[in-house]
Amino acid sequence: MSDSKFKNDVPLDIARWGFPGKFDVTIKKDSDDLFEDSKMLVNIGPTHPAMHGAFRCMAKLNGETIEKSYCEFGYTHRAKEKLGENRTYHQFIVYTDRLNYCSALVNNVTYAMAVERMMGIQVPERAVWIRMMAAEIARVIDHLICIGINAVDLGAFSYFVYGYHQREKAYTLIEQLCGARLTTSYTRIGGLMSDAPEGWENGVKEWVKETRGVIHELDRLLTENRIWLNRTKEVAVFNKEQCLLYGFTGPNARAAGVNIDLRRDQPSMFYDKVEFEVPIAQVGDVFDRYFVRVEEIKQSLNIIAQCADRLKPGPIWAEDKRTRIPEKDVVYNTMEGLIHHFKFFMNGFDVPKGEAYTAFEASNGELGFYIVSKGGPKAHRMRIRGPSFWHYQGLDPMIQGEYIGDLVAALGSINVIAGELDR
Amino acid sequence: MDIRTPVPTIYGYFSEKYGPTWAEQASALKEVFGEAIEAVWMPGENPVDMPTYFVKKEKAHEFVTTLKEKYNYSFLTDMTATDESEDEESAKEGIRFHLVFHLMDPETKIRVRIKVKLKDEETIATFISIWPGTNWAEREIFDMFGIRFDGHPDLRRILMDMRWEGHPLRKDYPLRGYQIFMTPEPLDPELLK
Amino acid sequence: MAKDGELDFITTRFEDVISFARKNSLFPLPFGTSCCGIELMSTLAAGYDMARFGAEVIRFSPRQSDLLIVAGIVNLKMAPVLRNIYDQMADPKWVISMGACASSGGIFNVYSVTQGIDTVVPVDVYVPGCPPAPEGLLNALLRLEDRIAKGDTHSQRRERTRKQIKEQGVK
Repeated sequence: MSDSKFKNDVPLDIARWGFPGKFDVTIKKDSDDLFEDSKMLVNIGPTHPAMHGAFRCMAKLNGETIEKSYCEFGYTHRAKEKLGENRTYHQFIVYTDRLNYCSALVNNVTYAMAVERMMGIQVPERAVWIRMMAAEIARVIDHLICIGINAVDLGAFSYFVYGYHQREKAYTLIEQLCGARLTTSYTRIGGLMSDAPEGWENGVKEWVKETRGVIHELDRLLTENRIWLNRTKEVAVFNKEQCLLYGFTGPNARAAGVNIDLRRDQPSMFYDKVEFEVPIAQVGDVFDRYFVRVEEIKQSLNIIAQCADRLKPGPIWAEDKRTRIPEKDVVYNTMEGLIHHFKFFMNGFDVPKGEAYTAFEASNGELGFYIVSKGGPKAHRMRIRGPSFWHYQGLDPMIQGEYIGDLVAALGSINVIAGELDR
Repeated sequence: MDIRTPVPTIYGYFSEKYGPTWAEQASALKEVFGEAIEAVWMPGENPVDMPTYFVKKEKAHEFVTTLKEKYNYSFLTDMTATDESEDEESAKEGIRFHLVFHLMDPETKIRVRIKVKLKDEETIATFISIWPGTNWAEREIFDMFGIRFDGHPDLRRILMDMRWEGHPLRKDYPLRGYQIFMTPEPLDPELLK
Repeated sequence: MAKDGELDFITTRFEDVISFARKNSLFPLPFGTSCCGIELMSTLAAGYDMARFGAEVIRFSPRQSDLLIVAGIVNLKMAPVLRNIYDQMADPKWVISMGACASSGGIFNVYSVTQGIDTVVPVDVYVPGCPPAPEGLLNALLRLEDRIAKGDTHSQRRERTRKQIKEQGVK
């Protein structure tokens, strides 16, 4: 390395932290590098084989090591925040389930909670239990698909098919509940779209039992597999300090040791009445993120089983004049019902002046809705705090100095969903 | 009924739990900063869900750093902005934007909100040195609202195409203001140096 | 066919055989950007199998595929990229526009969304739905196969026009 033809080693503290001095990593130049900038540009472009969504990751490679990378997104920007200012609160429910489309019910539940908090409404018990079950089912299927895609990217294809089959069965359950497989729009402000059919809980309990078996198989397939451990241990480490500085939440942060779970610490709905544990790992590499997700699936299945046992018949709408959608027989048979229906859907209800930030533990992290209302039927500012935005920002520091194959592993483990990233 | 209605913790409404701590911190901060805090909205009296501090632009960094280090609000949940050009009171003072931070304490999980009022062409220094996570958040605020941050290493558009004109989330930008491009975005070789 | 029913050879038209081969061996390029991408994955998975209609080989490179399934939103930022990918595919090529967002902009009539990919590429079959059920996408695939058999798609019309121009010269 004392040959004067070659430039000095490239310092990467600026690349990793954004300002000098925090981190010291250098990449050694090989002795057979003919040219000074013999670097290859790899563009994992907007369309790519991994079914993650449309975003670009450009990397400058030195051999196989990533020297500098930058990530770009915005290819699925659908302007939901601007739409939030131009649509009434009821019309916006449809847009919320296109946020994290792998687990659409969680977004619906969070949005309904956010607006109900602004208005001071409390939904009855049965609605809360059903909302909790819906959120946990959505969380389980999101984790199944995340682990599946992560495994497929690294070559372990067989688990994907098992996990996907469970997802199809969950789709049948969700279809019985609200009629749609993927984009559900199930909750309403002050209640639910429709009640769960009779005997739905029994179907859910059977699904829970089957999924436990599938997760047991997954554990045996991957957790102690030497190939999997070699590819995921000590890869793309993001430790606790970095997680707090970059705004990581959810399973990615819990894999690094950050002990925050909003279901336990700020329990909304009835999470303080069910028993579950929160898995926390130490190292924060790809294997830890995978393992935390597997454990979270097991805990969510426990929660679903407990909720299914405690579901009792009752009303599902809050009796608040502002948000109660009139029943169809009243609408068709009485004049007042017709006018009420018309005014509700054409003008929308007024939300009193105020602002609130409501956060819920979605499957990816903390999903938050910051709603500023100046009175009136439409929001003044509807800010959606999507966890994938903050997680994708951490991809650049995570992979500096790693191999290009590790980029694929890291990208799959962070679970970036394009709907939340771009909104 | 509105946000001040005490609904039980079915929605995570924690005024009883955190109320005393919020009041203590508010009085301590008012002593230290005095004039720099223009107003404090507390959850009981004003229609907000967590204490909202309106801080002057010059002291914003100091305020945020004090909260981060002394009071342990070390987790930045969200950084965003709102456009207040249609509000009459703000228009009288010439305020166009509010810059909003949501902070959380990772141990006790207490939350707090900080707002900084900005005029139309005003710029504010970047917050990257406090949290590197604000890198992209500031780019998004620049893209959507046009607020510039001094000292940001790489302030360019993040969600929209780099050739886009205008700032979409401003109130005067129409919802359907399409701008059509015939070629893909040109790659900037400077970014990979 | 021989008089005792033995199958010796069948006489048919050249175009029919060619379209039979083409329609039963489509190589799809899944251009999945958002929620419809997940339903596209469902269709390609084991429950609703697209491989039983011949579309088994999924190639992510435009040089190796002939059916472009655009599933999901196409932005104004993404539209030139889509056009590039369409241009890189070799004739004959077909486009299925899956979902409401790809067909017409869907529920998003906003500043950053193309109101339909037919402003960018010529589309053969549109699939409505948000997202369309996998049965809907399979129905669209079968309809596309029918149109290929009839010779009614944009790509086959281009072929005929080119042949006509070669034989008769440009008028």
